[in-house]
Amino acid sequence: MKGKVIVITSGKGGVGKTTTTANLGTALTMLGRRVVMVDTDIGLRNLDVVMGLENRIVFDIVDVVTGGTKLKQALIKDKRFEGLYLLPAAQTKEKTAVSPHQMKTLCNELKKEFDFVLVDCPAGIEQGFKNAISGADEAIVVAVPEVSSVRDADGIVGLLEAAGLNKNQLIINRIRPRMVKRGDMMDIEDMIDILSVDLLGVVPEDEIVIVSTNKGEPAVMDTSSRAGDAYRRIARRLNGEEVSMLPLNHSEGLMNKFRRMFKMASR
Amino acid sequence: MLRFLNRLFSRDRDKGGSKNVAMERLKLVLVHDRVNACPQLLEALKEDLIRVIREYIEIDETALDITFDSMENTVALVANIPVLKIKKGLV
Repeated sequence: MKGKVIVITSGKGGVGKTTTTANLGTALTMLGRRVVMVDTDIGLRNLDVVMGLENRIVFDIVDVVTGGTKLKQALIKDKRFEGLYLLPAAQTKEKTAVSPHQMKTLCNELKKEFDFVLVDCPAGIEQGFKNAISGADEAIVVAVPEVSSVRDADGIVGLLEAAGLNKNQLIINRIRPRMVKRGDMMDIEDMIDILSVDLLGVVPEDEIVIVSTNKGEPAVMDTSSRAGDAYRRIARRLNGEEVSMLPLNHSEGLMNKFRRMFKMASR
Repeated sequence: MLRFLNRLFSRDRDKGGSKNVAMERLKLVLVHDRVNACPQLLEALKEDLIRVIREYIEIDETALDITFDSMENTVALVANIPVLKIKKGLV
């Protein structure tokens, strides 16, 4: 078995890299694939809390690459999903505790065991970024429809290409159809036009993402969530299926609205 | 009331919403970003320009200067090329 290493990156912080990693990882295992999510944000790890696995951490990525710990010992198995694992980042070490070469070796090792290795990249373009992309076969660039995010995404695409990564796909996150409609937010075409990369998917702004992060349960677990639906579609695309884009007209059905209100109230 | 009127008018003025402003600003800033990220681009362009111009005009190659400049809503390629001599009998 030879899997694929995909780095999830964005340049700018706070646009949804970790949320994207958690949701795509979970959704891919729901499709029956074996997935490991690697948090490379050393010093500021978060994938563990987003996944609700923070209490299960014993060893981390630095323990593994510096040779003290066996990879199998450090991997945290998510008991909710068959085939889903997390390799957490170290919280107390420096970014330089891992080198690009070590990261590459680690990714090659993980590729043998898993269909997908999803690498959650830290914000910025320094050492942490260089480490995260060093073992990757392809990249997912996450951007929100704001000038600062699109600008950074453009820079990141340039750096990825310079590093020899040529399959870079875009996820547009937190789009607000209502704002797009009244001309106050860039739409999908605008962003693709500017960045000239392939579109992998579009995720609408959805409060459920915050609710699910609060609980440590990725939004894809909630079948009524629009963001979850969008992530499930993206996962199927990564899995090789052709899936239509999530329609963005925000007029969700009345029944759905009621269902959601009811769900919110019962939480 | 005043605020309402203000909003009504400002809405009318920049029709199409703030997205268009964002797009224009982004396009401008990305031109500069991309050039800075790849200084070889300007160098290569400079060499090619010199090669073509030399066929017609004698220029001071060492003083040749090329930059990108932001005008109001566009980016311009500005070249300052000191001419030494126009070649004779070309036309």
